[in-house]
Amino acid sequence: MATFKDFRNKVKPNWCPGCGDFSVLAAMQRAFANLGLEPEDVAIVSGIGCSGRISGYVNAYGFHSVHGRSLPIAQGLKLANRDLTVVAAGGDGDGFAIGMGHTVHAIRRNVDITYIVMDNQVYGLTKGQTSPRSQLGFKTKSTPSGSIEAAIAPMEMALTVGAGFVAQSVSSDLKQLTNIIQAGIQHKGFSLINVYSPCVTYNKINTYDWFKNNLVNLDDIEGYDPSNRNMAMQTLMEHNSLVTGIIYQNKDRQPYEELIKGFRKEPLYKQDLKISREDFERLASEFM
Amino acid sequence: MKKQLSWKVGGQQGEGIDSAGEILSTALNRKGYYLYGYRHFSSRIKGGHSNTKLRISVNPVRSISDELDILVAFDQETIDFNASELVSNGIIIADSKFNPTVPEGVSARLIAVPFTKIAEEVGMAQMKNMVAVGASTALLGVPIDAFREVLEERFSRKGQKVVEKNLEAIARGKEYVESELLDASELKLEKSDGKKRLYMIGNDAIAFGALAAGARLMAAYPITPSSEIMEWLIKRLPEFGGTVVQTEDEIAAITMVIGANYGGVRTLTASAGPGLSLMTEAIGLSGMTETPAVIVNTQRGGPSTGLPTKQEQSDLLAMLFSTHGEIPKIVIAPSTAEECFYDTIEAFNLAEQYQCPVIILTDLALSLGKQTVEPLDYNRIQINRGKLVSDDEELPPLANSELFPRYGFTEDGISRRVLPGKKNGLHHVTGVEHDETGRPSESTINRVKMMNKRLGKLKNGINFSKPVHLDSKYEDADVLLIGFNSTRGTIAEAMERLEAEGMRVNHAHLPQILPFPTQIIAEEMKKARKVVVVENNATGQLAQVIKMQVGMAEKIVPFGKYNGNPFLPSEIYKQCKELLVHGNI
Repeated sequence: MATFKDFRNKVKPNWCPGCGDFSVLAAMQRAFANLGLEPEDVAIVSGIGCSGRISGYVNAYGFHSVHGRSLPIAQGLKLANRDLTVVAAGGDGDGFAIGMGHTVHAIRRNVDITYIVMDNQVYGLTKGQTSPRSQLGFKTKSTPSGSIEAAIAPMEMALTVGAGFVAQSVSSDLKQLTNIIQAGIQHKGFSLINVYSPCVTYNKINTYDWFKNNLVNLDDIEGYDPSNRNMAMQTLMEHNSLVTGIIYQNKDRQPYEELIKGFRKEPLYKQDLKISREDFERLASEFM
Repeated sequence: MKKQLSWKVGGQQGEGIDSAGEILSTALNRKGYYLYGYRHFSSRIKGGHSNTKLRISVNPVRSISDELDILVAFDQETIDFNASELVSNGIIIADSKFNPTVPEGVSARLIAVPFTKIAEEVGMAQMKNMVAVGASTALLGVPIDAFREVLEERFSRKGQKVVEKNLEAIARGKEYVESELLDASELKLEKSDGKKRLYMIGNDAIAFGALAAGARLMAAYPITPSSEIMEWLIKRLPEFGGTVVQTEDEIAAITMVIGANYGGVRTLTASAGPGLSLMTEAIGLSGMTETPAVIVNTQRGGPSTGLPTKQEQSDLLAMLFSTHGEIPKIVIAPSTAEECFYDTIEAFNLAEQYQCPVIILTDLALSLGKQTVEPLDYNRIQINRGKLVSDDEELPPLANSELFPRYGFTEDGISRRVLPGKKNGLHHVTGVEHDETGRPSESTINRVKMMNKRLGKLKNGINFSKPVHLDSKYEDADVLLIGFNSTRGTIAEAMERLEAEGMRVNHAHLPQILPFPTQIIAEEMKKARKVVVVENNATGQLAQVIKMQVGMAEKIVPFGKYNGNPFLPSEIYKQCKELLVHGNI
């Protein structure tokens, strides 16, 4: 059986020392091993940005795509091969700016994939511009007087559009992060996991210390019930979204694959491409 | 008696124009007549002038005609708009309800038939279109039993009574015209051969072709004039285990196609110009990652929203050149519905053999025009997946942390393709320049080798069954006509007329546009004094490609039409005549 080490490869990440993404990578590798997966069982589809490189750092199948489009690629892949564990990953720019349309619709569609957003609230690879997650007043190269646009609240957004699995964690809590990724993969349907993954180079506000002082672990809220959508929304609002843990999970919602008429258990890619002569003649006769 | 004639029905959109055309043509198809139709419609659901023109013949037809023999009008606008097309002494059948008049200068005969009144007497005003169909059959000399089967299939779920009422409406319309004792026996159709043939729009043929080719997924966003492809496949794919995903936009559609093809399922998308513009970046991803993708572009009037329901062929250069950087890409352009079927099957083979994007280019006239198709041949469905590692093959174990050389250098530039999920097949895929295992690489040596590998895949041409349709009888032709997509039959018809007048005309039609069949076209151009490039666009896009690929610019005469309508044979005929008369030849 594979251990987390089997999910490591020899590529040295081109992330800055101290980047939050290292923990996400480690948590992912642990989660895969903990779930008893082998490297060939897993495909990671990522977008563009510092975090988008993550698909190249895991010893598994990896598809490093174009900016903002990891989700439709991941959904197409999952529909082609439902035996694969498909994880989409990328940054907050990828998921909540250029790819926001896909994020919303992937949540609605509910294909059984897991989406991990490494949220550093800034654009790193392009060297420090504002992101849709930057807080009001955040000064960057593209907002020298401070951001004047409201930050997106991805957890609230996900609840609004009908997500079945909404969770948030932080790079400094490897144990919780690993558990959440595992739970997300095990969840039947689309899972959104937002990870506060500090950028040590371009975000001097939302630092490890800042999160330590501001995040509330849902485990510490007495009576918190992640199956209660109202409570989830209320708690997020009360804490300005700064909570970690599984915020909401609806175990009853069926994934897209289960709702497609005629969709079989056997992965689609294994099915016969040829149609029979009888089927061919029958279909042709429709045009007579 | 006529071997062929043209019939048109027009009125306000939503008045049953389409179904009148559908029912008449389906019945005629079953009687063994050849048909070719073109729908003139607007980008709205109700209202606005709309018409369907149908050419009916005992011989194969592949073009709409210049003339019109019978015009069926539900309003005066239809007459005012279309009467000029009528042959001298042609016939207008119109609803007497609006007191139809024949415009000045038109020598047509008018038969006013109380469409609405008869329909109301039979039971429902909506059936006025069936009265009109009946009135038409009186002229065409088609027995009404031809309609029973068609109406039963269409209306039987609404009950036998509805079928009978519609039949009665047809019969009453026929009787009315016959009682007018009009001598129009010259319009009666000759007897057809009675053979069974298919009757389909290009989009039907593409959808059916995709299913036959083994496509099991489609991701698409609705757009005119491509939506019929997704609509047909969503009805048929479930029984073959597949589905159609209606995505949030065309970018999601093309990237889902890439993801599913990466996963090993033949998957397509279909759109028109605006959608293709959005897909441009991802087409580059398909080229760079050597992931097969089949993309249908049903061209319509551009630019921007342009003329969304009208004919144009102005996306050609965009299909050849759009996407940043340089990738291998294949563009094929079927010219008939029959070819749409077979070429779509080939498109899926090409995409997997060359591991690159394949664009199937059509135009609105081909995608939506309904035409007779000879029975399709099951034995011509061949599936070739290229260098795909099969599911049964066991791969040797990879050394510690090594990857499978998914992009390994080979003689033909095509590497073995392994699907995710395969043991010992791990590799990386990225739109970043990469080495043989897919890992990012900025090495100058690797960069040049990889570019040469990818672009070299198509360097020696492609394995496409019919790169050029040639009708080339003359070694010293006055004119070579070149076109692509739906103009094939129109050009052929113009050519026939020119030849009848002693002009030597050759015709080359291009189903394969990229890679361009330079050799064949160069040979044909050498044989002709002038080369007229017929295309539905303003800037002579195909002519530009030919100049670039072949040269001989001095011979090339671009001939464009971009008013939203397809070419008529007479327009091409006149253009060639003028060249001849004005001493240019």
